[in-house]
Amino acid sequence: MVIVMGFEGSANKLGIGIVKDDGTILSNIRHTYITPPGEGFLPKDTAEHHRSWIISLVKRSLTESGLTHKDIDCLAYTKGPGMGPPLRSVAVTVRMLSQLWKKPIVAVNHCIAHIEMGRLITGAKNPTVLYVSGGNTQVISYSLKKYRIFGETIDIAVGNCLDRFARVINIPNDPSPGYNIEQLAKKGKNLVELPYVTKGMDVSFGGILSNIESIAKNPVRLKEYTVEDLCYSLQETVFSMLVETAERAMAHCGQTEILAVGGVGCNERLQQMINQMVSQRNGQSFAIDERYCIDNGAMIAWAGYLIFKNNITTPLCETSTTQRFRTDQVEVTWRDD
Amino acid sequence: MSDLVKMEGITDLTKIGAELISQGAEAKTFKLNYFGMECIIKERFVKTYRHPTLDSKISNKRILQEIRSLNKCKKNGIDVPGLLFVDIVQTRIMMEFVNGITVKQFLYNNCENNYQNTQTPEIIRICREIGQQVCKIHDLNLIHGDLTTSNILLRTSTNNSTVFIDFGLSYTSTLAEDKAVDLYVLERAFISTHPNSESLFNEILQSYKDSSKNSPSVINRLDQVRLRGRKKLAFG
Repeated sequence: MVIVMGFEGSANKLGIGIVKDDGTILSNIRHTYITPPGEGFLPKDTAEHHRSWIISLVKRSLTESGLTHKDIDCLAYTKGPGMGPPLRSVAVTVRMLSQLWKKPIVAVNHCIAHIEMGRLITGAKNPTVLYVSGGNTQVISYSLKKYRIFGETIDIAVGNCLDRFARVINIPNDPSPGYNIEQLAKKGKNLVELPYVTKGMDVSFGGILSNIESIAKNPVRLKEYTVEDLCYSLQETVFSMLVETAERAMAHCGQTEILAVGGVGCNERLQQMINQMVSQRNGQSFAIDERYCIDNGAMIAWAGYLIFKNNITTPLCETSTTQRFRTDQVEVTWRDD
Repeated sequence: MSDLVKMEGITDLTKIGAELISQGAEAKTFKLNYFGMECIIKERFVKTYRHPTLDSKISNKRILQEIRSLNKCKKNGIDVPGLLFVDIVQTRIMMEFVNGITVKQFLYNNCENNYQNTQTPEIIRICREIGQQVCKIHDLNLIHGDLTTSNILLRTSTNNSTVFIDFGLSYTSTLAEDKAVDLYVLERAFISTHPNSESLFNEILQSYKDSSKNSPSVINRLDQVRLRGRKKLAFG
């Protein structure tokens, strides 16, 4: 039996997870760095948050799973992509624990971990993956040992677009800005016309954000539309673009399954739109809830296990981090199809 | 005309003998025998996931663009399916049926996932023709918008000459930027669908370059566009 402990800290979520080789999740805890309304999380402060919480989280996860460090076979951590300082704080802790406990380390690509966690939880075999979060927006399909990127954002990520709009309208970042936009959007009725930007399989959100920002800051326009209407229109427009590109990738690759992962993937309106899209093409959609959708330690542990089971480990001198680490750079050693 | 008149009130085309042959992301494609002539009906269906206002706006815009672009190409000698009939209300267009397979299927059939060692003269010829035709389209200041190997057909009757389809995302532009993005879309679709086929795409680019005096500026721009994806190991 192999037990892997995973460490995630690429953005404002710090997560520790313990996973067994059969996919059982023994522990999966998370602590989120939440900033006041109107502010985003800065790299330096986020790293500080991770450093101050990581040891107590490791202890808690061991207690919760009823294990001691002796039961752990391998430590997996996020190598990238993400914010530099938070990634580094976590990597330093992992190196320390590895030497203290004499355990091997496996470096994991964050995006791959999201995909593999989604496949583990839902049982989807070979889905088109819509990976949507605060830092990434990609439409991915597997072929010949690589997760290949069919479409992606050419400027900011969709979650970043939502988060930044949340700052403009000054709504709380607790539990997450995207969740609060989703709740406001439920009360919206009127659709504001916003740009709809798809370039082939690629999407762009920068222009939409500036456009809706200018409406939100204009007192005259705000007489026509409520803040709820703006949230509603923003969601309707950006999610339509995502579902459209995902559908185009499905049609091009002849796939029938779709899996949504990443923080924005747990938005219920997005999941509903994906369901409507696949029901029109007799496909099947898979969605996961916030425990596994939002960044977490268990997904890093599971992806780490998949690499570790083929006896691949990362030597201590190579346990660095990188902000730029593309999904299609990783050799998928654990899939044979 | 009688059949066309009949078609207008019909919501389900299979009731008049049309056969659903594929469902893309945008539309359903039916094949119909029309007075002894094989033809295609492309029907854009309502996307239930999209807000109705947004959906009809997008759908109407795209069907118009498709018709205009098909006509423009046809007039200028680029092989596209001939346009037979348009029904804006039901967002349907009727086109000539092209007997052949997609470039994607052709590559799958002939390369078996190994694109490096299986470059027959036929494959090279097709790649060069794609480059030349895309260049001709761009010289009309037309941007296809969704160039993939599924959207290029090979016509059987003329020994696999290329036919471009699906102009729903097309638009008019004179900018090298837009043309470069168009090539970038093709490059990405090509390489993600046909792994290790970089050399084939280079054939396309080379023949694109050779086909027009406007090409060099587009190719230069393409190098900049390539740097743009997020998290690449390059700074740009």
